[in-house]
Amino acid sequence: MSGWGLIARVMAGLTLVFLIAPLLVIVPLSFNAEPFFTFTDRMLALDPDGYSTRWYQAILNDTVWRDALVNSLIIGGASTAIATVLGTLAAMGLARGDVPLKGAIMGLLISPMITPVIIAATGMYFFYSDLGLTQTHLGLILAHAALGAPFVVITVTASLTGYDWNLSRAGASLGASPATTFFRVTLPLILPGVISGALFAFATSFDEVVTVLFLGGPEQVTIPRKMWSGIREQISPAILAAATLLIGVAVVLLLVVEWLRRRSERMQIVQR
Amino acid sequence: MPDAPRRTTHRTGRNGLLLTLPLLAFILVFFAAPIGAMLWRSVSNPLPAAMLPKTAEALAGWDAQALPGEAAYAAIVEDLKALKREEAAKLGAQLNFDFGGLNSLIRKTAREAAKLAPPYADSLPKLDKQWANQAVWAAIAVGTQSLSAKNYLAAVDLRYGADLSVERVADKDAIYLMLFGRTAWVAALVTVLCLILGYPLAWLLANAGPRTAGLLMILLLLPFWTSLLVRTTAWIALLQSQGVVNDMLVWLGLVDDKNRVQLVYNMTGTLVAMTQVLLPFMVLPLYSVMKTIPPVYLRAASSMGARPFTGFIRVYLPLTMPGVAAGALLVFILAVGYYITPALVGGPSGQLISNLIAYHIQQSLNWGLGAALSAVLLGAVIVLYLVFNRVAGADRLRFG
Repeated sequence: MSGWGLIARVMAGLTLVFLIAPLLVIVPLSFNAEPFFTFTDRMLALDPDGYSTRWYQAILNDTVWRDALVNSLIIGGASTAIATVLGTLAAMGLARGDVPLKGAIMGLLISPMITPVIIAATGMYFFYSDLGLTQTHLGLILAHAALGAPFVVITVTASLTGYDWNLSRAGASLGASPATTFFRVTLPLILPGVISGALFAFATSFDEVVTVLFLGGPEQVTIPRKMWSGIREQISPAILAAATLLIGVAVVLLLVVEWLRRRSERMQIVQR
Repeated sequence: MPDAPRRTTHRTGRNGLLLTLPLLAFILVFFAAPIGAMLWRSVSNPLPAAMLPKTAEALAGWDAQALPGEAAYAAIVEDLKALKREEAAKLGAQLNFDFGGLNSLIRKTAREAAKLAPPYADSLPKLDKQWANQAVWAAIAVGTQSLSAKNYLAAVDLRYGADLSVERVADKDAIYLMLFGRTAWVAALVTVLCLILGYPLAWLLANAGPRTAGLLMILLLLPFWTSLLVRTTAWIALLQSQGVVNDMLVWLGLVDDKNRVQLVYNMTGTLVAMTQVLLPFMVLPLYSVMKTIPPVYLRAASSMGARPFTGFIRVYLPLTMPGVAAGALLVFILAVGYYITPALVGGPSGQLISNLIAYHIQQSLNWGLGAALSAVLLGAVIVLYLVFNRVAGADRLRFG
């Protein structure tokens, strides 16, 4: 065992390095005092003059980046709200036993997740322009809500598998309306799943660039859109500074979701 | 009495449907219908038929064995006379997708149409000898059909020839089968790389103590949560010729400073970046299967004299096959539709079918062909997804 186990461990370790190293390399590079994409001699010598926060100052003082952040937050927030409300409702419905054509409905609801995004974006491009929704925030909000909703459906469905429907029946038998039962009994118990789904949906929108490229106009420049043009046109360490900030966002989202997952596992144990 | 329970389940079923309706309607209107309408463009081509109604009628019964008769020549002159200048330009641009050169021919003829005298079968070829080319007439006959399969033929490097039979396009234009092949090949390669890299990692995750496993899981999920553009940027920073990897290779003396390795803006860059991006989609399904395999199975194998390698091949590997299938299908499905990474780090040799769809929609404006390519790609993805559903179940699409 030990020989093969050791090989497997080494391979797993190397794979983790492959996964993480690119992210770790970006962070120090973003503090480069020179407009280069690589470590300068002064950086390698740990000379403080080799490092600077100039790229951070550059993006934080740049109104284009600030507008992009505002756009990303507006579009992300609104699309997450739509995706979370509709997705939670749908998951509640699908969890209630014998919905006709359940498989087909589930397949359709999940389809935005597996459809190549370029196909979704081109389809929306024609359709939304007929409706006058291109070059508007609303168009992108609707597009991102569709792309984010499957994540909510899946996470809420998963947290409902551990839900004891007798609790809902108990609520109803005590005279509570379905809405009251949902808000007072069901929702508190599946809340970790709902929030995880919402965070997935938000992350999807916050990272989405293809529909923005097709549907957005000059008023809808988001952070990913700005990064995209930064990578294609004037690649500078300012991009790395933005990337480092986004890695920080990812760390926060990840830790919250992991915390919620553990919490919901504990809650399911308590329910049993 | 026996009625009561059945009625209850029926009611919950209907309530369940009611709750799914809002999202169902939302997805249908803002996601599925747009895609359906776009795919419809792959067969529907109303513009030329509407602009050349008489020509379309005259060519409807044409057998394409010889040049059409005077009726067709007269029809097209009459149709073109009725067109405004910018309409003729639009029509020319449309027909040019089917036959290079039709754009200028249509615009020129539309400009001169009023001056032409019958018989047009003589005066049109005199204006431009292309009007005596049967292939031009074949292209107009196909182009003025309001429903046609020409875009699907084009998507697999075929076309209607001068006699309206299906033939292969010239070798220099035959790029789509090669691109579909390249896309499938890249997706397969990325899937295999993810499997090789992901299998040991998933095994370690499933067999480590809870504290280590939790930490490893966070390390695995961090790239998963990090913006795709950030990860792509990172690979550019690492792999470009003045980047960190080349610097290290030069410093180690493996590569000469003047001959730095081209690692990005080509196929290598696409493969490396896509593998890193899609790896978590392989590891998570593998991990969830491996977690359910009790370690006693392997111990039983070894107690009966199997060597570790035999035990792995004969016992562990078969038990993990559902995870392998789920992960491989998921990675393959996501990889065939990839757009962003090839667009940013692929360079000309690393472009995939998605990038070509974007090109036809945004730049060449050959929307019909873009839609046909989309339909082929989407068809492949749907088939793969149905297989995935059969093998793994939709609930395996759960991350984190």
